[in-house]
Amino acid sequence: MDQTLLTGNVAAAWGARLAAVDYIPAFPITPQTEIIETLGAWVDTGEMPGRMVTLESEHSMLTAAGAAAATGVRVFSATSSQGLLHAMEMLYTVSGWRAPFVLVNVSRGLSAPITLEADHNDILAARDSGFLQIHCADCQEVLDGVLLAYRLAEDPGVRLPVLVNLDGFYLSFTREPVSLPDPAAVARFLPPFDPGNIRFAASAPESQAVAVLGGSPYSYFRYETHLAAQNALAVYDRVAGEFESLFGRQRQAVEAYRTGDADIVFYMMGSFATKAREAVDRLREAGQKVGLLRPRLLRPFPTDAIAAALDGVQGVAVIDQNLSMGQGGVLHTELAASLYGRPGAPAILTSFIGGLGGREITPEEFYQMVAVTREAVTAGKAPPPRLLYTEAELREIRKLQAVAQVEREETTPLRWSEDSNQGGAGHE
Amino acid sequence: MYRIRIHGRGGQGIKMASRILGTALFRSGFTVQDAPKYGAERRGAPIFSTVRAARATGPGQAINERGIIHRPDLVVVADDTLLAVPAAGTLLGIDSGSVVLVNSHEKAATWRERLNLDATLLILPAGEEVEDRAELPHVGATCAGAAACLLGVIEPEALAAAIAEELAGLGEPVVEKNRTRALAAFTAMMDQRGVVREGTAIAAEGFTPPSWIELPFEDASISAPDIRAAANSVQVRTGLWRTLRPVIDYDHCGKCWWVCSTFCPDSAILVENGLPVIDYDHCKGCMVCVGVCPPHAIAGIPEYLAQAQDALETETGESNGPDTADR
Repeated sequence: MDQTLLTGNVAAAWGARLAAVDYIPAFPITPQTEIIETLGAWVDTGEMPGRMVTLESEHSMLTAAGAAAATGVRVFSATSSQGLLHAMEMLYTVSGWRAPFVLVNVSRGLSAPITLEADHNDILAARDSGFLQIHCADCQEVLDGVLLAYRLAEDPGVRLPVLVNLDGFYLSFTREPVSLPDPAAVARFLPPFDPGNIRFAASAPESQAVAVLGGSPYSYFRYETHLAAQNALAVYDRVAGEFESLFGRQRQAVEAYRTGDADIVFYMMGSFATKAREAVDRLREAGQKVGLLRPRLLRPFPTDAIAAALDGVQGVAVIDQNLSMGQGGVLHTELAASLYGRPGAPAILTSFIGGLGGREITPEEFYQMVAVTREAVTAGKAPPPRLLYTEAELREIRKLQAVAQVEREETTPLRWSEDSNQGGAGHE
Repeated sequence: MYRIRIHGRGGQGIKMASRILGTALFRSGFTVQDAPKYGAERRGAPIFSTVRAARATGPGQAINERGIIHRPDLVVVADDTLLAVPAAGTLLGIDSGSVVLVNSHEKAATWRERLNLDATLLILPAGEEVEDRAELPHVGATCAGAAACLLGVIEPEALAAAIAEELAGLGEPVVEKNRTRALAAFTAMMDQRGVVREGTAIAAEGFTPPSWIELPFEDASISAPDIRAAANSVQVRTGLWRTLRPVIDYDHCGKCWWVCSTFCPDSAILVENGLPVIDYDHCKGCMVCVGVCPPHAIAGIPEYLAQAQDALETETGESNGPDTADR
C-alpha cells in the first residue's frame, strides 16, 4: 500500500477533499490554519471543487456551516481552542437544527494563561453540545475519521454534526506515513450526500429551528436529539465495519490494545494514547499484563464496549488530558459513572491528570502509573488523583516567579518531605 | 530507532531540515515521524524539530513514541548561541551515546570542555566562502545533509531527491542551491559516516521513577499568572539572536534619527542628542535599519566577525566598543 508523509492537518484536509465537500466556511487559528491553507490552495488551483469562504469569526463560521448544511450540501470546517469556544453558542444551535456536517477541532489548551499546545478542555467544553465526537490518535485516523464522520452525520437515523478531534502539534504538525485511499473506493463508501428532506432554499421558503415556548415541546426536541446521538452508536459500528472491509483498517468505537488478558489497563484518548501503546509493549516485555483502552467515539459514549473490554480487569489507570476545576478528570468521572454497579467491573480506577497544555508524559511516568495502580489494587483503595508534575517542573516555576518578581513568603523555595519524592508513594 | 533533534532559530529552516531528513529516511525504507516545535513562532526565536525513524516492519506501522525526544541519538545545533539559552533545551538528555553536531566557529574540543559533555561532539564544516555561518536560507539544508551522512543509512541520491521533493514549491534555483549545500555538507562529513547509533527504548524494568511531587496550594496572590516586575522584558537579551550586526558609520550618518529609530521593529535604536544609537542588547539584527537609512550609513556585518573585532579592541584597550554594552 502506498504511503506518503502527511501532517495531521494535511490528513484532515485530504479527508475533506476525498469527501468531495461542497462548501468550506473558514477562519484561521493556530494550530489549525494549515488545514484551511491546504484546502484553500486546492480550491484555488481547481484540484478540488467546492466553494471556500472566509468568515469574520468562528461564530459566523459555524453559523454559515449550519446554514449551508441546512440547504442539503456537504459542509466542512475546522477550528481550535479559543475559536471553538467563540463559536460555542452556535455549536448548540446548529446541532439543534439537526444540520449534518463535519467540524475538525485541533485541540489546544484554553486561556488563561494562553498557550498553543494540546489538551482536551476545548473539545470537552463542546461535550454536551449535540455534536458527536470522534477522537484521533494518529494522522491516518484523522483522514479516516473525517470520512467516517460524514457517514455518521448524514445517516438518516442520526442527522447531527460531528466533531473530529486531533491534538495540536502532536498530530497537527507531525508528519507520519498515511495511506491516501483511492477516490473511487471513497466514493463507494461515501456517496454524494442524499439530503432527504433537508432542502432550505430561497425559492421554496420554509421555517427551520423554530422557537418553542414552554418546557414540554422543548423537552421533546432536546430528547430527540439525544436519542439520535444514541442511535449513532449502532450506526458507527456498522459504518466502521464497512470501512474496514473496504480499506482494511479497524476503526471500532473503542481501541482495545492488548487488553485481552490484562490485569491493569490505561484508559485515555488522543495522540498521547500512542505513547501508552508504546509503554504497554515495554511493560509486556517486562512480563506485566498491561493493556490500553481508548475511546475513539466519545459522543455517543460507547459504554457497553468499554465495560466489556474492562470485564475482569483489576485496575484502570485513567489519564485525563483535561481538568474540570473542582472535580478532576472528565474521563475518570465518566468512566466511573458508566461502570458503577456493573458486575465484573474493575474495583480500582486511579486518576492521573497529565498532558495539560501539551506537557509531556514520559515512559517512566506510564510505568509508574501502572505501579501505583497495582499498589492500589493490592490495598483495595485508590489513592487521591495525581497531577503528573515533577520536582524539576516546580523548580522551573520558582525560577519564572523569581524573574516575574512574584512576592512569595516562602524563603526556601523547594521544601517537601523525602517520601513525597517517591512518585506513587507520596500520598501517606 | 533513530531519535534526532534539530535546534535552531525561526527562519533558519529548522522545520525544513527535519522534513528533508524525514523524507530522505522514508525514501530509504524507514518508517518516519517528523515534527517541528515552534515556541514563540517568531523569527529568531528558538525552535526545534524532531525526526524519529524506525526500520519499517510493514505498512501501517506508525511510530508510537511522539513529542519531545528525551534521549537523543543525534542532536544538531544550527546556531551555537542557543547553547546558552536554557529555554532552547539543546542539551536535554545528551549522554555518552549521543552525537552532537554544532554549527560553530569554535572547535569541537572547546564546546566539549565548555559544556562538560562526554558525547561525540562534531563541528559542522562550512565552505570557505561562507562568511556568516548562520546565513539564513541554507543552514537548514546544510544541517540535514550533514546529519544524513552521520546516520550512515541515507545515500546522497535519497538526500537529493528529498530536497527536490520538499522544496519543489520554491522552484528549481532554490532546490539547486539547497541541494548543493546539503551534498557538500554530506561529503564533508564522510570520515564520520554512520557514527550515529540507533538508540533503544527506555525499559519498563529497573526504570528510574519520576520525581513526582504534590503541588502545594498557593494563594492567588502568588499563583495567578501575573508578572509583577515592571517592564522586565528588557532583561531578555534578544540581541543574542542576532547573526548580522547593523553598524552605524557616524561619518556618513545624516542624523535623520526619526527614520531608523521609528522603523526599528524592536525599538532598539535610541536617540541621544539627536544621534541614533543601536542598543545591541536587544537588536535582533533584522537589518530593517540598514534598508531604510537614507544616506546608506548603516552596514550589516556578520555578528561573529563583529565580536572578534570587539575582543581585539578590548585586548588592545582601544575600545570605543558596542555603544550599549553596559546598558
